[in-house]
Amino acid sequence: MGSRSSHAAVIPDVDSIRRETGFSQASLIRLHHRFRALDRNKKGYLSRIDLQQIGALAVNPLGDRIIESFLPNGSQQVDFPGFVRVLAHFRPVEDEDTDLDPKKPEPLNSRRNKLHYAFQLYDLDRDGKISRHEMLQVLRLMVGVQVTEEQLENIADRTVQEADEDGDGAVSFLEFTKSLEKMDVEQKMSIRILK
Amino acid sequence: MLRAALSLLALPLAGAAEEPTQKPESPGEPLPGLELFRWQWHEVEAPYLVALWILVASLAKIVFHLSRKVTSLVPESCLLILLGLVLGGIVLAVAKKAEYQLEPGTFFLFLLPPIVLDSGYFMPSRLFFDNLGAILTYAVVGTLWNAFTTGAALWGLQQAGLVAPRVQAGLLDFLLFGSLISAVDPVAVLAVFEEVHVNETLFIIVFGESLLNDAVTVVLYKVCNSFVEMGSANVQATDYLKGVASLFVVSLGGAAVGLVFAFLLALTTRFTKRVRIIEPLLVFLLAYAAYLTAEMASLSAILAVTMCGLGCKKYVEANISHKSRTTVKYTMKTLASCAETVIFMLLGISAVDSSKWAWDSGLVLGTLIFILFFRALGVVLQTWVLNQFRLIPLDKIDQVVMSYGGLRGAVAFALVILLDRTKVPAKDYFVATTIVVVFFTVIVQGLTIKPLVKWLKVKRSEHHKPTLNQELHEHTFDHILAAVEDVVGHHGYHYWRDRWEQFDKKYLSQLLMRRSAYRIRDQIWDVYYRLNIRDAISFVDQGGHVLSSTGLTLPSMPSRNSVAETSVTNLLRESGSGACLDLQVIDTVRSGRDREDAVMHHLLCGGLYKPRRRYKASCSRHFISDDAQERQDKEVFQQNMKRRLESFKSTKHNICFTKSKPRPRKTGRRKDGVANAEATNGKPRDLGFQDTAAVILTVESEEEEEESDSSETEKEDDEGIIFVARATSEVLQEGKVSGSLEVCPSPRIIPPSPTCAEKELPWKSGQGDLAVYVSSETTKIVPVDMQTGWNQSMSSLESLASPPCNQAPTLTCLPPHPRGAEEPQAPLYPPSDPRPSFAFPPSLAKAGRSHSESSADLPQQQELQPLMGHKNHTHLSPGTANSHWCIQFNRGSRL
Repeated sequence: MGSRSSHAAVIPDVDSIRRETGFSQASLIRLHHRFRALDRNKKGYLSRIDLQQIGALAVNPLGDRIIESFLPNGSQQVDFPGFVRVLAHFRPVEDEDTDLDPKKPEPLNSRRNKLHYAFQLYDLDRDGKISRHEMLQVLRLMVGVQVTEEQLENIADRTVQEADEDGDGAVSFLEFTKSLEKMDVEQKMSIRILK
Repeated sequence: MLRAALSLLALPLAGAAEEPTQKPESPGEPLPGLELFRWQWHEVEAPYLVALWILVASLAKIVFHLSRKVTSLVPESCLLILLGLVLGGIVLAVAKKAEYQLEPGTFFLFLLPPIVLDSGYFMPSRLFFDNLGAILTYAVVGTLWNAFTTGAALWGLQQAGLVAPRVQAGLLDFLLFGSLISAVDPVAVLAVFEEVHVNETLFIIVFGESLLNDAVTVVLYKVCNSFVEMGSANVQATDYLKGVASLFVVSLGGAAVGLVFAFLLALTTRFTKRVRIIEPLLVFLLAYAAYLTAEMASLSAILAVTMCGLGCKKYVEANISHKSRTTVKYTMKTLASCAETVIFMLLGISAVDSSKWAWDSGLVLGTLIFILFFRALGVVLQTWVLNQFRLIPLDKIDQVVMSYGGLRGAVAFALVILLDRTKVPAKDYFVATTIVVVFFTVIVQGLTIKPLVKWLKVKRSEHHKPTLNQELHEHTFDHILAAVEDVVGHHGYHYWRDRWEQFDKKYLSQLLMRRSAYRIRDQIWDVYYRLNIRDAISFVDQGGHVLSSTGLTLPSMPSRNSVAETSVTNLLRESGSGACLDLQVIDTVRSGRDREDAVMHHLLCGGLYKPRRRYKASCSRHFISDDAQERQDKEVFQQNMKRRLESFKSTKHNICFTKSKPRPRKTGRRKDGVANAEATNGKPRDLGFQDTAAVILTVESEEEEEESDSSETEKEDDEGIIFVARATSEVLQEGKVSGSLEVCPSPRIIPPSPTCAEKELPWKSGQGDLAVYVSSETTKIVPVDMQTGWNQSMSSLESLASPPCNQAPTLTCLPPHPRGAEEPQAPLYPPSDPRPSFAFPPSLAKAGRSHSESSADLPQQQELQPLMGHKNHTHLSPGTANSHWCIQFNRGSRL
């Protein structure tokens, strides 16, 4: 892992990673390169601090949550497969992806998984539901300072009400998906260079 | 310039105008002293003709749209061109010569700017920038490709001997012609594509290309033109370099001019708070100034206006008032539509003028084939390259539509007319060819593109209403993508957009937006705000519906409630400022005027719910009927609702105190108030009534009321209105004021008899106020109903809201409706009202008047005013009023 070469052979388990994430060889090499660049002390993994060093993440309202999403289940580090796995959500959906569906497990970049990634950014307590409180927290991050707290609460209420179908005052993943039914998620949650 | 243009337009009138024009001159010779009647046709000729032309075009539009079948099959632009041909033919037949045609000067200075401004201003900016790469490629590379290939191919055609030798043109001439014929025309594209409804991406690419390629067209045209004028022998290598450089100067310069003016415009509108009326004017003036400035500096004027509209919209929309926004929108659309109509009509008329034509079949056919072929080839090649970089590749069907949608239009025609015949000997041939090309693309392609799109099953655009969730999640996605790009270390589009938005938020918006507007422009907030308004509107609509059905029965209520619930809750929760307008006061005052109403009210006190409802229904009906202000009125409703609910707490105290009539309900309120810690006041009230005579109570209340005086009520009224304005956004404020004014005149709301009662009453002197009250009441009442519906879900708020509702509706309702109708309904409702009052624990009742009296401050006064109405009744006819009151009280207490 510490090797400087950017050859694919350097990446451990390169084939299984490819299979899981669907990344091309070139993308994996590039990502591995980036991974090592972020890994300051050549530890072989990225710590939270490594991720926090990334330029504009600090000013991104969702930066902390996105860093969190790279660190599975409260651990403080992420290895390369884990790193790539998260990024795989943003691989554009290609035609061949849809063909594979029936037998294999759903690819990470499926619509469902893309949505799920976004969903778990909201769902801080991992209970499978976005509560009003969680919605409010996100809104606080997203909406400008000019909107008062009270208004924010109104918006949060409204947002939850809008998506909440079973009346439990929270948005489940299913409801979350439904509320975005008409949105072109495949397009809006994909980055071209991650092929 | 204008004059010349106008006089050109004058032909169609010629027949009618001839007689009048001569009149003024012939009688003028004898030099009469005073003329009784005088024709001054020449003085008004120019503007008159312009107006007539536009009128003719508009009437034609109306006629076209009489038949939906025709317009659904044939694009309007085709019809207009055909109409132009017919008109031109008539003119030709009448005047024996074709004088009128599309003048380049008129076109570029007056007709084109509104269209471009309209398209730039209303361009979906997000979509535009998302596809900027593709748009720029097609606009720059595509146009260059088209111009050079078409020009070269035509030259080749000539070399091959397929073009008649009388067409004297060299390679440069053909390149010049190619440059003017190659550009996709924004006017034509817009006219056709707006009716086709292809998906957004496709539309924005074709349309964006047509707008941005102006810079390339202008440069190419000018460069080629100057080359032609210099003569090909004199063109030196540096001239070519200059030509390339001027491409950048013209395009970037045009864009820069546009952005500078956009900045100025945004900044100016920031300070128009006190002169709202000129806001729309500013938008047009500065945008036009941008156009003229760019034109003056021979930069790309179209690009300048496009960028101006694109750049300023966000800030301008935030700064100007709601009405100004509407005005800008409609004026812009009207102007653009006018200009478009006139352009197409004049195109048709110009084509009739055969004196400027010189036909050459080889040239015409060759041009047609080449522009179609090279357009398609260019699109395919560019798309292939672009798709290497696009997340969502443009598929074959898209490419077909893009190729086929490359319409040429008036820009090409105006440019070809501008050619100098001495320098370009083949001008007449070029004119004829251009006309044919324009007609072919607009008519043939315009006619067939719709069926083609259908046949190819091109993805159509779909409209869906924005939801808060979508808006929020979209923002989330944007941020996520920006972050991921960051993590991946590739600073792409998302990254830079995110940076731009941060910059915009931090600096630009701060600088260019009013502070009050800043908040509203937050997109999430904006969606939320609009959703709320929509809810309110739909609620009001529904309320009206229910009313009309006359079945005010319970079943309808629940459904209505459920519909309104979300919005109402939101409204309630939405923070209002501390001040509150007490509309109740107004209501009571009004009701008090009508004695009969009061009597009715007493009798029906048990069934108050019902009258209220009716009233509401009628109110909503009125509102709906007031079409012009409907929207704003509804907003007003919303706001009033909010205020009202908030104010209920404070009002309760006072009302209970002084009021004898409202009492029963108040007690109900009281109960709720208790929950809110305000309960103490309400209780004593009830006890007092029961113990002492009702009359005494009323007297006291009267005195208090008198003290409060009508002036106070007026004051409050004003304050309330003002307050609403302040509390809500400026938009709402305006809406409110206007709404109230508009509503006032509606005669039905005002009870027929009240006038006498008002006269009698000391505080009623100001009659003019009545109307205002009424209006405010009506606005208020609907919200009340909403409250009731909402109450079911929220118990605490419900109790507060219900009492005022009862009051207002009963009083107001009675006048318009016959008693008989009300009575039968009454029985249904009683249960709801009495219940709360009964619930009063006896212990609480004692809490006492003293409390309430001492506490009576501003809130008290407000509360007192509602009482005034009741007092009036007692005043006028103490006996009846008292008895009624007693009955009421007893009922309430008993219950």
